Amino acid sequence: MSARVELRNVTKTFGTVDAVRDVSLEIAAGEFLTLLGPSGCGKTTLLRIIAGFEQPSSGSVWLGGVEVTHLPPYRRPVNQVFQSYALFPHLTVAENVGFGLRMQRVPAAEAAERVREALELVSLTGLDARSPDQLSGGQKQRVALARAIVCRPQVLLLDEPLSALDAKLRHAMQLELKRLQRQLGLTFVFVTHDQEEALTMSDRIAIVNRGRIEQLGTAHEIYHQPATPFAAAFVGEANLLEAELLELDALNAQVCVKGGLRLVLPATAWPEGAKTALVSIRPEKIHVARQPVVAANTFEARVEDEVFKGATDHLLLATAAGTRLSAVVANESALGEIFHAGDRVFCGLHADDLVVLRAE
Amino acid sequence: MLLWLLAFVVVPSAILFVYSFCERDELGRVVFSFTWENYQRVFDPIYLRIFVRSIGYAALTTAICIVAGFPVAYFIGRAGEAWRNRLLLLVMVPFWTSFLIRTYAWITILKQEGLLNAVLQSLPFGLGPWDLLYTPTAVVIGLVYAYLPFMILPIYGSVEKLDGALIEAAHDLGAGPLRVFPAVILPLTLPGIAAGTLLVFVPAIAMFAITDLMGGARVPLIGNVIQNQFLQARDWPFGAALGVVFMALFAATYWALLRFRAREDSIG
Repeated sequence: MSARVELRNVTKTFGTVDAVRDVSLEIAAGEFLTLLGPSGCGKTTLLRIIAGFEQPSSGSVWLGGVEVTHLPPYRRPVNQVFQSYALFPHLTVAENVGFGLRMQRVPAAEAAERVREALELVSLTGLDARSPDQLSGGQKQRVALARAIVCRPQVLLLDEPLSALDAKLRHAMQLELKRLQRQLGLTFVFVTHDQEEALTMSDRIAIVNRGRIEQLGTAHEIYHQPATPFAAAFVGEANLLEAELLELDALNAQVCVKGGLRLVLPATAWPEGAKTALVSIRPEKIHVARQPVVAANTFEARVEDEVFKGATDHLLLATAAGTRLSAVVANESALGEIFHAGDRVFCGLHADDLVVLRAE
Repeated sequence: MLLWLLAFVVVPSAILFVYSFCERDELGRVVFSFTWENYQRVFDPIYLRIFVRSIGYAALTTAICIVAGFPVAYFIGRAGEAWRNRLLLLVMVPFWTSFLIRTYAWITILKQEGLLNAVLQSLPFGLGPWDLLYTPTAVVIGLVYAYLPFMILPIYGSVEKLDGALIEAAHDLGAGPLRVFPAVILPLTLPGIAAGTLLVFVPAIAMFAITDLMGGARVPLIGNVIQNQFLQARDWPFGAALGVVFMALFAATYWALLRFRAREDSIG
């Protein structure tokens, strides 16, 4: 089956700046794909290229197996939810939602029915006659969503649609968007800089950095096997340590990380022929205890700082050799171990929990 | 502010209003005795025809200004920030020269042996010479030229405030360039068009210099009539009565526009 959305070697240059560099991407029908990256990374430009607001400088765009590179936005079977919602201030909620149907000359009776359904789908029944400026941020967001899905697009594009909402509402909307996407079987392309949003909703995440896709994979893959130092640092927290190879045998590689801590990791994880690399350690993978622990890597450390965050406790550790690591321990029970700055602790780290990245 | 209004708006209007009910003696001095006569004369068919003609000229001028000014205002309003101010400056450059001098410049362009006819005749289409000067066409050209900036600036204000995302959203929802205009751009720039209409229509009715200079005083508009009553006929009470009726007309237009805007706001 052909991909719902396909970008082939898409490059977009603004003046002398490459906003998007040679990006190829296939998005399957019914998939929820998130373009995740910091501001200015090119993710919004990618979305605008799919929508047709920008023409790629080179490369091609395909929708449902048909090339649309040079089709204007109003001829593409995609609809977008804008970051600012972009609701028409001179139209009512119902007229906003029905705008696309009116442009497609859908008969009035059918249009009214579809508008009603769309408003019901986003739980806005009864607000038809309101004007957009009488709505709360969350309601505007729902109108924008209804307006986009009522046209039954092949692909729904969402440009940071939740960024203007407060944290609680944002979380509720994340789950609702996911529910809607499943219910309608729509293909979603979602742009965000918020890793939590990306992890919560996506089938796959594309990490975008400096105009390129650094990694494309499921939330699990991105988190547990980051492909680049950028991906490791951008999604979740990571201790990124420069490591130098000390010894390599058939099974294990022994490395010395910056600060002097020695670690053992599977030989297969070490890039062939490399002398140095970056090692990524997720803070929660470090087991911290009062008693010695059993693991491939064990070391002692001193707690330099401790921040209580409710469900978790964030520790800044310093090993005897001088390597600094951040660690996260779960506060499983109120009677559990509590660490304080100045405590001496034992740490353990499984060899498999070390991710080796080629130094940039 | 209140004092300012009192000195420059209320007092002169009051004087005009009082004069309009007075009589004049044979030397043209205002005599304070009450009469309706001036108002009866205002509704004389001769003056009514001039009123209607003035409204017609002003309406045509306004319509041409909207059609010609909108694209300019839109282009400037959607231009990059760096260009916007430079282009706006160009719109305002004519104001640096006296209005009369600019009107005379038009005379040299439009006259029989003027610039326009020279250009027309140098072309191989056998056009011209056109006898434009001292015709109604010349008056309308002069009026449009004089008031176009007053249409461009308020429309520009509306266009500049128009969120580009709305236009993109309309495109995204299937509206081609031809349908975006009536569906989104026009309704959202209507306040600017209404303000421009007010700024052009009202003074265009009262304009007398252009009709004198470019129309050769052949097609008198109400502005000319009023000016004549004050300066040549020395019939101030009748001039005042014309002025008062005229003001009432403006007030009615303005009120109608406000009502229209208010209704727009309440439904939009």
